[in-house]
Amino acid sequence: MSNALVVQLNMLLAALILLTSFALLVQRRIFAILHIFAWQGFFLGLSTAIIGYATGVHHLYVSSLLTLGMKVVLLPYILYKLIHKLKIHREIESMINTPATMMVGIALVIFSYHLTAPIRQLSSLMTRSTLALALATVMLGLLMMVTRRHAVSQIMGFLAMENGLFFAATSATYGMPMVVELGVALDLLIAAFIFGIFFFHINTTFDSLDVEQMAKLKETD
Amino acid sequence: MHPFAIELLQLLMLLGLAPAFAGWVKVVKCRLQGRTSPGILQPYRDIGRLFVKDVVLAENASWIFRFTPYLAFGVTVLAGGIIPLISVDLPLAATADIIALVMLFAIIRFFTALAGMDIGTAFGGMGASREMMISSLAEPAMLMAVFTVSLASSSTSLTHMVTVMAHNPLMIRPSLAFALIAFIMIALAETGRIPVDNPATHLELTMIHEAMILEYSGRYLALIEWAGMMKLMLFFSLGIAAFCPWGIAAGGDPPDLALGVAAFIFKLMLGGVIMVLIETGLAKMRIFRVSEYLGSAFLLATLGMIAFFILE
Amino acid sequence: MPPLDLAGFSVLLLLFTAALSPFLSRWERFLIPLAFSLATLASFTAVLAGFLTLLHGTNAAAAIALGLPGLPFNLRLDPLAGFFLVVIGLLSTFVSIYSIGYVRGYLGHRPVTPLVLFYLLFLAGMLMVVLADDAYFFLLSWELMAAASYFLVMFEDERAENRRAAYIYLLVAHVGAIAILLSFGVMAGLASGFDRFDGYTFDAMRSARLSPEWAAAAFFLAFFGFSAKAGVIPLHVWLPEAHPVAPSNVSALMSGVMLKTSIYGMVRVAFDLIRDFPWWWGGIVLVFGLLSAVLGVLYALMQHDLKRLLAYHSVENIGIILIGLGLAMIFTSFHFPALAALALVAALYHTLNHALFKGLLFMGAGAVIHATHERNMEEMGGLIHLLPWTSALFLIGCVSISGLPPFNGFVSEWLTFQAFLLSPELPHPLLKLLVPLGAALLALTGALAAACFVKAFGVTFLGAWRGHRKATRIHEVGLSMRLGMALAAASCLALGVLPTYVIGWMDIIPERLFGGQIASSAGKFGWMWLTPYSHERASYSGPVVFCGILAVVAVAYLLLHVRGAAIRRAPLWDCGFERITPRMQYTANAFAMPIRRIFGFLFAIREEVEILSPRNHAVTAERFHYRLRIRDRFWNWLYTPLAVAAFWIARWVGKLQQGRIQVYLLYSFVTLIVLLAFLG
Repeated sequence: MSNALVVQLNMLLAALILLTSFALLVQRRIFAILHIFAWQGFFLGLSTAIIGYATGVHHLYVSSLLTLGMKVVLLPYILYKLIHKLKIHREIESMINTPATMMVGIALVIFSYHLTAPIRQLSSLMTRSTLALALATVMLGLLMMVTRRHAVSQIMGFLAMENGLFFAATSATYGMPMVVELGVALDLLIAAFIFGIFFFHINTTFDSLDVEQMAKLKETD
Repeated sequence: MHPFAIELLQLLMLLGLAPAFAGWVKVVKCRLQGRTSPGILQPYRDIGRLFVKDVVLAENASWIFRFTPYLAFGVTVLAGGIIPLISVDLPLAATADIIALVMLFAIIRFFTALAGMDIGTAFGGMGASREMMISSLAEPAMLMAVFTVSLASSSTSLTHMVTVMAHNPLMIRPSLAFALIAFIMIALAETGRIPVDNPATHLELTMIHEAMILEYSGRYLALIEWAGMMKLMLFFSLGIAAFCPWGIAAGGDPPDLALGVAAFIFKLMLGGVIMVLIETGLAKMRIFRVSEYLGSAFLLATLGMIAFFILE
Repeated sequence: MPPLDLAGFSVLLLLFTAALSPFLSRWERFLIPLAFSLATLASFTAVLAGFLTLLHGTNAAAAIALGLPGLPFNLRLDPLAGFFLVVIGLLSTFVSIYSIGYVRGYLGHRPVTPLVLFYLLFLAGMLMVVLADDAYFFLLSWELMAAASYFLVMFEDERAENRRAAYIYLLVAHVGAIAILLSFGVMAGLASGFDRFDGYTFDAMRSARLSPEWAAAAFFLAFFGFSAKAGVIPLHVWLPEAHPVAPSNVSALMSGVMLKTSIYGMVRVAFDLIRDFPWWWGGIVLVFGLLSAVLGVLYALMQHDLKRLLAYHSVENIGIILIGLGLAMIFTSFHFPALAALALVAALYHTLNHALFKGLLFMGAGAVIHATHERNMEEMGGLIHLLPWTSALFLIGCVSISGLPPFNGFVSEWLTFQAFLLSPELPHPLLKLLVPLGAALLALTGALAAACFVKAFGVTFLGAWRGHRKATRIHEVGLSMRLGMALAAASCLALGVLPTYVIGWMDIIPERLFGGQIASSAGKFGWMWLTPYSHERASYSGPVVFCGILAVVAVAYLLLHVRGAAIRRAPLWDCGFERITPRMQYTANAFAMPIRRIFGFLFAIREEVEILSPRNHAVTAERFHYRLRIRDRFWNWLYTPLAVAAFWIARWVGKLQQGRIQVYLLYSFVTLIVLLAFLG
């Protein structure tokens, strides 16, 4: 593969990752969210592998495999089981003003572009232009956690945010050290289990996974 | 060939092929849904019969109602002379750039909506109201898509865009991919196809475009239907010209032109199949979902623009 | 005759006629044609003066030793002023012709001499604003214009609604005038020092070197003041109150050209007096323009009073003009004179266009109200059969304002889009991303405007008559009114089909202001092809579009009518139920419902359905009452708190008022002591 082609492919994948973040932001159906998340992980893994190939930084292959294994197979599978167990797979989330959320998302993308401008000027890596999109993915994940009412989709927002961080690391410095990445992966796995336990508890307490319900826990009005 | 001859050829192609294209879409759709189709020539027979029939006109229809079909037809034919279908060498191509072209289609919509209001039924008003709502949401998305496409060639003139696209080396452009998806979504809305409107329905509550033209008959209906078919074909041609113009003739050499015609017809048929797949795969959405649908189109187009500036 | 003399003649003729009119108040039937014919003549002279200035690029100045001693009135007629003379004069010519018939309608109901008198003073005031070359004369003319228009809004003063509207108008106009005064004060003071008076001429202000902070202060004070007059959101509240209650010829002038004097003011202050500014000024102008455009058209969509709807559209169109202006300022600050020229020409072209089509629409609305004595669209319908001329001309106005080719609104909006499309040339990375979003908002505005005018025209003129009264006594309006409208409509078409000429004439304005030109590229391929930047970038041909559509329509019509198939008139299809009545038509409110639902969060909407039935149940209902109340959010957000605060302060200040003469004397005494202590 020529260098130009690598750059182009990487850009395409970056754009696709951004697109999936937006899709996560506005998707109502829980299963669809899961699928989109898996796709995002897939694009991320692919992008990491391509960068690894082009730069010769071979530990990126391991990261890539880890991403593919964790975020495309394992985590979605766990959540899938969980959703089935909790019998919420038919739920459709009510959302506040989707177009407005999209506009805020666009504003966040532009804001991240603005934020990363100084780094872009200093950096000489071939991936420097995707940094803005990586930061935007982080912010969109956070936005998803803010706008969603359903606990599961909030978790998806969290995971999408992590994807963004991972992507940012690859585009800013060709990946974090191996140890850190392994640690993060482990953390995620544990987090997923803890979320699962929380879901059960929330669901049995409130008979719903709508986090609005938790407002009831407030003692004073 | 002389440019004016190409222009004439293109217009004849548009007038002649538009019903066939509509028929092709119907045939593919029927085949896909396991029905027997009326054949690719059915739209010709429909239009022909309508031209022969007498006109039944609503009691209080004014000149607006009678003028609109002619105007719709005239504007569509003019637009057909502007979009390069088979060759870049078109004398009329400079008449309007892509923004002006979109506004030309807006004239048709404006007057069709007025015609819907003219007869004074609830249907007409309903159709007009919904059509104008959809178009006002589609317009910003359309402009954004146009903007994104124009960035690559830094031009909104169709012939120039086609030339730049056809001669530049092939490269992966996320911005164009986004813009293309957005354009398809908007084109479905603007031409009144599923999932936004259903051209086949005559059920009161789901009609949009059909509600406006419900009272038309005879030659007026024939003109409107014909113009509608041409408009559908022109939106495809617009997409072809803006996103995949490969094969279009640069001048007037007959072999190039023949290649251009063949490439155009092939792409058109392929586009028809894609549209049928979309229409068969999706259900018509509730009218107030359209704002989200078109919002997504706007989002995609804007992401395309952002991707251009950030990545390319 | 030199252009400045012509313009002076025009103003003097107006003032002379105004002075004459009180003496003729006994013979009003004679006064109306005389006064308005002279006004037509004066306005046309102004057009001529302005046009000659543009054509030859002359720049004439004069000082008249009137007014205060030592402070002469300075006049100047440069291309910018000339262009606005054309704008004002052209619409005034048409409206004056229209007024001959329109004002006659008041005869026998009320005395019309005040209307004639203030109409003439109003016209003179507007022309003087444009001609002024010093702050003193400018503000004097500005006040003449404001006061005259106040009395015109008050014309039918027996209704409390009208007095309230006029009061709000006067209030906002004066808040604006104070800001303008302060802005000139800053510039004049910095030009000559605060202890002298000779900085009040625009020449002195031009040569002054302002520090960036003071320049910003001067510009934003002026921007605020002119915005108040122009009706930029959030200072727009007077517009929808004042325009509907004024006589329609006055609304046409107020909306069509009076608002444009503030555009003139902004261009004059930014590009001529200050000249050197950072890009964010333009950014702020652009943002306010976008806000006004989108909100203006959305508010307009919610109206069912024909003139109120048009008034909100003025807010929208002022927004579109400001968009062009903001872009021009951004391009200028980054030193792209050619791009700035394109944006400025787009803004000015839209100024001219809006004057014509909005004037036409207000004249049309006036004709409708004249004929039906009704302002509520929900009570109209089917007027196309009764008012064939008015409806056709009104339709031209609707098509023009909706920005549809081949009429003029399209050309200026298209030019604005072209200016937007050139924003990737800007060196600022953030602006590159943000400015195109403005183009999307402009597209939204244009499409919503089209929706709004489908509604306005469809509900008013199409369908069947909805009113409670019989529609039998409605007749087409008189010749002069039709002529006024027809001339405006013809200008709309001409400006749409032949933009290359107009741009060629306007080109001198940006050239004089900042040395940018577009005519050399815009008219490179002759009068038929408009290529604003380069022909590879974009092109448009009004003549081809117009003739092309006409030709195809004609051919189709002829081919289909050779056979002469019969047309049978039949009742409407009623789905097999009872016969369709006019009350079953879609109403204006129903038409706007989808858009109201989507953008509902922008309005304060109260919707009530009352079911009148024995058991309060929808099935057994005999009648439904539907009430819908839509308010401008800005009243609650901005004006009510302001009013509350003003009253609160007034109450505190009111405590000074004791009613006892000794206390008042004490106040004076204390003041005297304090002053002596400080100054002594």
